[in-house]
Amino acid sequence: MDFNDTPEEAAYRAAARAWLETNVAEHKAIAHADDMAAAKSWQARKAAAGYAQITWPKEWGGGGGTPIQSVIFGQEEAKFPVQYGYFTIGLGMCVPTVMAFADDATKRRFVGPALRGEEIWSQLFSEPAGGSDVAAIRTRAVRDGSDWVVNGQKVWTSGAHYSDFGIVLVRTNIDLPKHKGLTMFWLDLRAPGIEIRPIHQMSGGSNFNEIYFTDVRIPDAQRLGAVDDGWKVALVTLMNERLAVGGGGGAGPKDILALARELDAADGPLIRDPAFRQRLADWYVQAEGLRNTRMRTITALSRGQTPGPESSIGKIIAANQLQDLGNAAVEAEDQYGIINDPALLPLKGLFQSAVMNGPGLRIAGGTDEILKNIIAERVLGLPGEIRVDKDAAFKDLPVGR
Amino acid sequence: MNFDYSDEQKMLKEEARRFLAAKCDASVVRGVLDDPARGYDETLWRAVAEQGWLGAAIPEGYGGLGLGHVELCALAEELGRACAPIPFASTVYFVAEALMLFGAEAQKQKWLPRIAAGECIGAFATSEGKGPVTARSIRTTASGGTLSGEKIPVTDGDVADLIVVLAKDGLYLVEKGAGVSAETLKTLDPTRSAARLIFDAAPAERLGDEDGIAAMQAVFDRAAVLLAFEQLGGADRCLDMAKAYALDRYAFGRQIAGYQAIKHKLADIYVKNEIARSNAYYGAWALNTAAAELPLAAATARVAASDAFWFASKENIQTHGGIGFTWEADPHLYYRRSRQLSLVAGAPATWRERLVSQLETRNAA
Repeated sequence: MDFNDTPEEAAYRAAARAWLETNVAEHKAIAHADDMAAAKSWQARKAAAGYAQITWPKEWGGGGGTPIQSVIFGQEEAKFPVQYGYFTIGLGMCVPTVMAFADDATKRRFVGPALRGEEIWSQLFSEPAGGSDVAAIRTRAVRDGSDWVVNGQKVWTSGAHYSDFGIVLVRTNIDLPKHKGLTMFWLDLRAPGIEIRPIHQMSGGSNFNEIYFTDVRIPDAQRLGAVDDGWKVALVTLMNERLAVGGGGGAGPKDILALARELDAADGPLIRDPAFRQRLADWYVQAEGLRNTRMRTITALSRGQTPGPESSIGKIIAANQLQDLGNAAVEAEDQYGIINDPALLPLKGLFQSAVMNGPGLRIAGGTDEILKNIIAERVLGLPGEIRVDKDAAFKDLPVGR
Repeated sequence: MNFDYSDEQKMLKEEARRFLAAKCDASVVRGVLDDPARGYDETLWRAVAEQGWLGAAIPEGYGGLGLGHVELCALAEELGRACAPIPFASTVYFVAEALMLFGAEAQKQKWLPRIAAGECIGAFATSEGKGPVTARSIRTTASGGTLSGEKIPVTDGDVADLIVVLAKDGLYLVEKGAGVSAETLKTLDPTRSAARLIFDAAPAERLGDEDGIAAMQAVFDRAAVLLAFEQLGGADRCLDMAKAYALDRYAFGRQIAGYQAIKHKLADIYVKNEIARSNAYYGAWALNTAAAELPLAAATARVAASDAFWFASKENIQTHGGIGFTWEADPHLYYRRSRQLSLVAGAPATWRERLVSQLETRNAA
């Protein structure tokens, strides 16, 4: 166990930091039209230096580096105000799926622009009737000559409103059991017949979308993997999700420590309240445990092992802690805590924001309950849930709401 | 950066697991549980000494194996998994560590080789009554080469040859013999011995020149990391037991392991154990490299491991249902041990407080 950098790692870190100092300064000196323009220009800058997708092979524009190098760069980059989330899903999940299943011409067309931030990708899996049960997808694709004609609806599609392309999982066969009649395609999100509507979240934001398909034509050449074999392709995407999603962001132990120092409670500053101190210790233990668990995953990766479903624990802890810690801070503010105006609040309302975003984080990318099933079944080897729909033809399955 | 045991350490750990599976099954633990006259299992103690484990982290110059503390952590994890009924923690994590931290050369020369050889059992005597040990709670005093006072409870105090005693002004070495009387106590975990020790002008030798509470805390920081690995091993064993039982037990026509109420309970145990493991690894690194982060890392490891073992041990009983509440079933061995390990170096609440003070110091505004 060695939590220090090796000499090579230290040299890599020093080079990354030097590059960041110069380049963030140059980047910030440019007047960008908006946040998206700034994000794209920063991504292009990183790509040119080999710092976008550090672990991808150089022939695809990556850095040809190791998982540890990727972590080191991420740690250093996090110290600068250049956190743009627009490319995470595309580069973390969609493009790797394209790289695994598309032909060379398609890969040459799309990988570079995605890497440089010129084009953004979305993942179109979830549906109104297929959230936790993703394979219950009803959006239908019917073959028509060299095209497929798609009708149906996707939902919870992060960033679709600013994305250019997507990968979409659709039902191509209703006579087979639900996992066996699915097919994956890539598609242009500006194709005729596609309507993207933002979802108004309970938090007030609109990061997710509904996408309606009305007779959308997708050429068969845009298929990823074999017809009716889309579930296998989706598993590759979802495996990459475990690496791309989870952790980071939002209110943490350090933020609430800062609040507790300046907040006057009944008997002096909140930080002197023994009950508060006990809870703070637990939040810190969880946050540290999570950070070091992620580093154990990276160690496994760097030894050539594939990270398994055990990384599911990250999101369970992070999302629940965000909600709990955020609410503790809000309640500590007493009557004032009901205010949700960044201008009037510590840390621009970070804690109120945690309370309002916590519920979504506990659901997105696998609910707490589904993740616990995954741990129980795939890590601990306990029996799967009883599935009444496993062998029946999709068209014969009962449907509720 | 490397956040895992090395291949050699993994091999050592696997060997230790095989060794303990052969030498320390539940009947060995029960041998001590069911016989109030026995403080520990002498056969296992000798076998462990022959393996060299007592001196794993003691330098070769003092008769040890001269491995690192990460190796000792690996052994601790397996001893915890086996619920070993021997005074390993008292002797190695507390007394040997105290000697290596504060011992004068002559003291180290005298005691470390005997500890490594299994010829000396140690005990670390700090508590004098209910509540956390503080400067105010210590009444034991030393003067003119003798020490007087009462310590309760002292884990392994009745079987120890060498006792490191916290007096008002610092730590002292006291040998079993004149001026020392021991009364064995009934505890929540009879597989580990504990005593009330009364010192009546017992010959005592100063250990180091640190202030009392600071010296105790420095020893606790080191022991906390090693105890965290024992707790982790115990917690993982509880998860294994709960899983095996849930897979074997049928109710309402199927395995109880197939019910979400049980699956989610076991997933919760797994999550806590993994958080405890990650924090313990960080603590092992801090201990092994004498990093400045040790006090914070030790507190973090201890709180996570205490929480994980308590949760795993109680939910293991719950998963077993009625049979889990019987003397004959093994889950209570781990439930008892989880109480012993959570309290022996100060309770979790005390460590949470220490964690936050460390955090305040580090993030001084």
